Amino acid sequence: MERKIRVLVSKVGLDGHDRGAKVVARFLRDAGFEVIYTGLHRTPQEVAMAAVQEDVDVIGISLHSGAHMALVPKVLNYIKEYGGDPDELVVLVGGIVPEDEFDDLKAIGVDGIFIPGTPISKIVDFIKEIAPKKKRSKMEKMEN
Amino acid sequence: MDVDEIVEGILSGNKRALARAITYVENDYPDGKLILKKIFRKTGRAHVIGITGFPGVGKSTVVSKLTNEFRNRGKTVGIVAIDPGSPFTGGALLGDRLRMDGLDSSKKLWIDPGVFFRSMSSRGRAGGLAAKTGDAVRLMDAFGFDVILVETVGAGQSEVDIIEVADTSIVVLMPEMGDDIQINKAGILEIGDIYVINKADLGGADKTERWIKAMLMMDQEAVEILTKTTHAQEYEVQTGQIFDKMSRAGWIPPVIKTVAERGDGIQELADAIEKHFIYLKESGNLIETRKRRLSREMIELLIGEIKAYLMKSDKIDFNKMVERVSRNEIDPHTAVEEIIRVLINNNI
Repeated sequence: MERKIRVLVSKVGLDGHDRGAKVVARFLRDAGFEVIYTGLHRTPQEVAMAAVQEDVDVIGISLHSGAHMALVPKVLNYIKEYGGDPDELVVLVGGIVPEDEFDDLKAIGVDGIFIPGTPISKIVDFIKEIAPKKKRSKMEKMEN
Repeated sequence: MDVDEIVEGILSGNKRALARAITYVENDYPDGKLILKKIFRKTGRAHVIGITGFPGVGKSTVVSKLTNEFRNRGKTVGIVAIDPGSPFTGGALLGDRLRMDGLDSSKKLWIDPGVFFRSMSSRGRAGGLAAKTGDAVRLMDAFGFDVILVETVGAGQSEVDIIEVADTSIVVLMPEMGDDIQINKAGILEIGDIYVINKADLGGADKTERWIKAMLMMDQEAVEILTKTTHAQEYEVQTGQIFDKMSRAGWIPPVIKTVAERGDGIQELADAIEKHFIYLKESGNLIETRKRRLSREMIELLIGEIKAYLMKSDKIDFNKMVERVSRNEIDPHTAVEEIIRVLINNNI
């Protein structure tokens, strides 16, 4: 049996727009994932620590503040600092991101960027396709 | 991470190792069982506290405030919080963690080195816990947390599995949740070692408090009557449960009013929890109750192992045996006796 995919849906920094994150969390639940929602105004340290303790496969960071280039790298760095490995994770960013910054985010390790208007099925399919290809899934297959 | 790395990590305070171990155990990986075997000798030290109650009464908020209070008292805290898994899709929305600190990040519980929080889906299991909650608690215990808080699924009337895991069970209620008949119904309202009436700033808290206290007085009398009957002992053999209830003789569950959101009553609650642990230790009930639980757990494990053996063994064709019984060639009792003989002769 395949292991249940665990997803952390997070809101980082001074950004009160949580409708999108809540809707995504709800539909990922309906896609059969186990979804942990952080609530608003978490710091990068808090989100990173949650990802490590909850041992998630996917981390989704929702940003509508324009601070993605400042905050996303911080989250990933803190995951490393807390003993985690961002390469094992599917890293997703959602919210308001200008298209000309997609490549910058991908360069620091973001796997997928989903802006408003994205059909939920696209996010679900993306996770299902990419999660088994991550370092961690391969390791677990070897170990068990 | 391999088994030895994880075990060593857990015993030396590596949270990532603990997190990974829970994943392995939760998903029934063979490595999970190996890890549990290796850490078992380090378990048994933590005070395991269960928080249960109907959905929306404020369990997660109580957990958050209690965590903060125990940290102020110099104790480290592990938390397992369970939310329901969907019977339709298997998915889950685990929304207990977000109550930690609420909107106030000033307490830093999320990144406190002395705190570890893990959300779990019940994965369709009834009873208020996930199948592997007990094992997750053991891993946290071996890690060295002083206190482990287990928050159940928002419980219905009969979801009482928490008493199989927690040393101290706290039932959280709120005002106006029903009259005194509701409060005297069997099930969740009998299991509290401590009762909390949260949201006590709402009207009706005093009335709810009176009803619970009246219910508890009758409980004490019931325990006294039951202890004197042999009927109770027979009952214990059948259910394993009533005896646990009787073992509470000598402890009158306190009823504490809280407004968890504001932190009101939380110190008093933490005092009551600590007092209950002292009572459990001094009365010998801690050891006795844990022993009875282990006995039930081992019987379940044993049954599980025998089932697994029957399914894969080439020494017994279980399905064929069922066939023979269904054709009336042999009765079920004799069939089982035959199976047991095969088990013994093959030294499984």
